[in-house]
Amino acid sequence: MIIAERKPFEEIKQMIAGYKKILVVGCGTCVTICWAGGEKEVGILSSQLRLASSKEGNELSVLEAVVERQCEKEMVEELRDKVQEVDAILSMGCGVGVQTLAEVFEEKPVFPALNTTFIGMPEAEGVWTERCGACGDCMLYWTGGICPVVRCAKGLLNGPCGGTRKGGKCEIDSEKDCAWVLIYRRLEKQGRLDLMRKYYEPKNYRAVKSPGKIEAVEA
Amino acid sequence: MTGENKKIIAFCCAESAYRAADRAGRLRIRYPDNVRLIRVPCAGRVSVLHILKAFEKGAAGVLVMGCQEGACCHLTGNTRAKERVKKASALLKEIGIDGNRVRMVNLAPENHQQFVQEVSKLSEKLKELGPSPIRKGEVKK
Repeated sequence: MIIAERKPFEEIKQMIAGYKKILVVGCGTCVTICWAGGEKEVGILSSQLRLASSKEGNELSVLEAVVERQCEKEMVEELRDKVQEVDAILSMGCGVGVQTLAEVFEEKPVFPALNTTFIGMPEAEGVWTERCGACGDCMLYWTGGICPVVRCAKGLLNGPCGGTRKGGKCEIDSEKDCAWVLIYRRLEKQGRLDLMRKYYEPKNYRAVKSPGKIEAVEA
Repeated sequence: MTGENKKIIAFCCAESAYRAADRAGRLRIRYPDNVRLIRVPCAGRVSVLHILKAFEKGAAGVLVMGCQEGACCHLTGNTRAKERVKKASALLKEIGIDGNRVRMVNLAPENHQQFVQEVSKLSEKLKELGPSPIRKGEVKK
């Protein structure tokens, strides 16, 4: 899923300065799971904005809404009545959510309240780690399902490098596991250690042209 | 009292703080009259949003009162509450409101004295910090 973090309050405040009525829109999918832009976080940011404006004597009115998926036009469309009431929209969705809102409601300025950071998974309560770089040329079938592109600090396709620390940690960050040690252990469990001897040619990072587009037919 | 926005909202765990408050009442022990108790099944029920909403409605300070560490009958309710109080305090600081206006307190149900002390302590602190910068009724929806 997509992982995001909330921007500092000061930055958000500056973005919406001058607007009298705003709509804070959360998303019920990825950013709800990573505690960045779900119903609770929308409530917290809205409350902070109300408290700050009351303290500073500004006349800011804040409406709240959460859609199931902010990256889908049909789902965003249901906000139309609320959007007509406000001067600007503050999105608590990922970068795609912000752009969907901006595309559907072209006449209103849409501001991002989050920084979209990576594609990852929850590792423990409140901890998310990056797992996929969306490179468009997946090689997980050779590496025991562990991605060296994002999990190796150097993104090495032929590892490990000479800097693996004792205990299988990375030389760049002693807190992080060396991806190639993880790959070795996984392949060992699967009896596929011969793959460690395989040479991987430089990767085709142009597999997905930017901006990416995929056309598919529903099965 | 309330006109000066000095109200304290105390979220009290039904298993500890609320009993301590009840005990203080039964023993006729005086404590500041600007505190309003809200009985919750566990301190872990109190979210960051509950704390912020209390300030939005005009509270000058908030206490989250739960069981002593290791004594929560829901196991981690009080430790979760502690983290949330820390988070709420940071969020208040971010908008220029003193983070000391919100506090976590751990106490045993029979410790009515600690209940009285903690309420008095925050009440004194609020006298020093002044009334809430947020005026009740002036927060727009």
